[in-house]
Amino acid sequence: MMESYENKTSFAHDDDSVVVIIGSGAGGGTLADELTQKGIDVVILEAGKLHKRSDFIADEWGSFAQLAWLDNRTTSGTWRVSRDFPNLPSWICKTVGGSTTHWAGASLRFQPHEFRVRTEYGEISGANLLDWPLTYDELEPYYTRAEDKMGVTRTNGRPGLPGNNNFKVMHAGATALGYKQVHTGNMAINALPRDGRSGCLQRGFCFQGCATGAKWSTLYVEIPRALATGHAELRPESHVARIEHNNAGKVTGVVYFDADGNEQRQAARAVAVAGNSIETPRMLLNSASSMFPDGLANSSGQVGRNYMRHMTGSVYAAFEEPVHMYKGTTMAGIIQDESIHDPSRGFAGGYEMETLSLGLPFMAAFLDPGAWGRDFTAAMDQYMHLAGMWLVGEDMPQERNRVTLHDSLKDQYGLPIPNVHFDDHPNDVAMRNHAFQRGIEVYEAAGAINTYRTPPYPSTHNLGTCRMSANARDGVCNAYGQTHDIDNLFISDGSQFTTGAAENPTLTIVSLAIRQAEFIAKQMVTRAI
Amino acid sequence: MLDQSVSRRGFLKGSGATLMGTLAMTSLPVAIMAPGRAWALELENLTGRQGEVLLRLTRHIFPHDTLEDAVYALVVKDLDAASADAATQSMMTAGIEHLDARAGGDWLSLDEPTQFMHVRAIAGEDLFEKVRSTAVVSLYNNEMAFRHFGYGGELGDAGYLQRGFNDLTWLPEPPAEASGPVMGVSG
Repeated sequence: MMESYENKTSFAHDDDSVVVIIGSGAGGGTLADELTQKGIDVVILEAGKLHKRSDFIADEWGSFAQLAWLDNRTTSGTWRVSRDFPNLPSWICKTVGGSTTHWAGASLRFQPHEFRVRTEYGEISGANLLDWPLTYDELEPYYTRAEDKMGVTRTNGRPGLPGNNNFKVMHAGATALGYKQVHTGNMAINALPRDGRSGCLQRGFCFQGCATGAKWSTLYVEIPRALATGHAELRPESHVARIEHNNAGKVTGVVYFDADGNEQRQAARAVAVAGNSIETPRMLLNSASSMFPDGLANSSGQVGRNYMRHMTGSVYAAFEEPVHMYKGTTMAGIIQDESIHDPSRGFAGGYEMETLSLGLPFMAAFLDPGAWGRDFTAAMDQYMHLAGMWLVGEDMPQERNRVTLHDSLKDQYGLPIPNVHFDDHPNDVAMRNHAFQRGIEVYEAAGAINTYRTPPYPSTHNLGTCRMSANARDGVCNAYGQTHDIDNLFISDGSQFTTGAAENPTLTIVSLAIRQAEFIAKQMVTRAI
Repeated sequence: MLDQSVSRRGFLKGSGATLMGTLAMTSLPVAIMAPGRAWALELENLTGRQGEVLLRLTRHIFPHDTLEDAVYALVVKDLDAASADAATQSMMTAGIEHLDARAGGDWLSLDEPTQFMHVRAIAGEDLFEKVRSTAVVSLYNNEMAFRHFGYGGELGDAGYLQRGFNDLTWLPEPPAEASGPVMGVSG
């Protein structure tokens, strides 16, 4: 049965009792569900269109054109993405459900020490490290609730997903090397039917939207639930320009462009920003006023800074026998042994090794961008015999890695576009080299005849540009995502992350959103906001 | 789309040029798909010789010895469509003239190693980059390429759960605790 997206209620544009949520992905979509379950009225402004499950396309480029955020952006810095994809720093989505339409589903808890890395790692030159103002123990109950909400495999008694061919190769190599923590992952994908959604049919189009709904997405879980309460109104194709405030320094509403390009204004009792870590700081910076000349919530100067994207890379390996890695879930298994903090490896923090597969079109685009000739085509000729893994680890927050407003280029609404600057930290480089080497060893242990080091794709994990801090001078928001400067303005996406940890971020974004919803509700009851 | 048969109408439309070929049948999966051996591509903006040059150039940039010309022709089709833009067409025309000039007048007439020497020399130039960046998408994003390289494409839409998602048998099966139940299969 297909979900209903009917707005059972609508709110007047001058209704200042509503919470306006900007963005409908992991943060915004979850927050909308959690607030409306408590009877709080919300208006969800989503820049993208509504594409339902039945609209998804089993075609990599076709789906990319449908779902990806393709508004113009620029890049700078020494990262290779800036050379290979100068106008595509990130690979995220502009659609109802945000990037939970295209995410792979990996749902890992951060490790306790990863909430206090400044303490654990010590001073690292060039890194703007800070402990989270939140401990693992404080977040733990919300992790459990998020796992139950999302149906995460291998947690709270749920079974794992069955291993596919790509996982078999990873498992054989990993166990031959002596790795112990090797399994089909903690995935927000139903192994068996659950919560009114199908079990996974192993289509292999996780990145293109899960047509069966086996994979959790706010598109067909949180948002329809929020709408069903009668306390939510979803407005797709609503591109936010700026957030407005009054003379008391409280936010009062949001100005946006609707589907017809007309400027609209929605009043608000509180505003929660969840536009992913490039758009979120961009909106705050584009909201500069005489009272807040450097942008909203930016007294620390940290809005847009400490942009993190995870240390990433991929290893593909060719075998004598066929693999057919594209059959089945994209992220089909994991090796977790390297996710520890062990400075004897020559770097701080750790990384996860997760299977990944690309279809033929994306393999050509991403294997070695810009490459041509016999070396490239020889690798492509082995497509059917390739196995693949993605390497994802903690990268260092750096102040100069930041999202800024372009000084001349404007978007379709006349708003300055964002520039994303990124330089790898030496710690990131050392970790990537270690991870490449270990990934190659895994596949060689399984009998690989050729291995390939694939450079980072455009960023899927965009983090840290409005980070949490205990002290207002070090960051943008507190442990609840409430901005230090403006009580009724909240950050509700991965921008909040103080540091990135080794794990895929979505489960933590969802857990923080559940916790934030409780906080907002209490603040409203006590009329603190 | 790529027409599988040459029609009289094809000669009369567009720029008047048609790129034609015959399937070599070196790639069995592609051969099975094809209704016949002859293929033809009508060109709307480029001349027939320009189409020939671009096809050969693409083969040098992304050489797959057993991949049919008919697949490379899909790259030419997209370059022809891009040539509806006058600036693109003049860039490509100038680039081909430059390639011919450095080859002594007719790059196509050279033997393959000598052709390739000139391709290496123009790497990074506008024509080369246009062909490479178009081909890296077009060459690998079509049903014939999917069959040739062994990718399921939209055949996966129905799911591989009962169609081989775990059919690899040349490595040991992971233990049950590392994996999980297959939906619809008891035990």
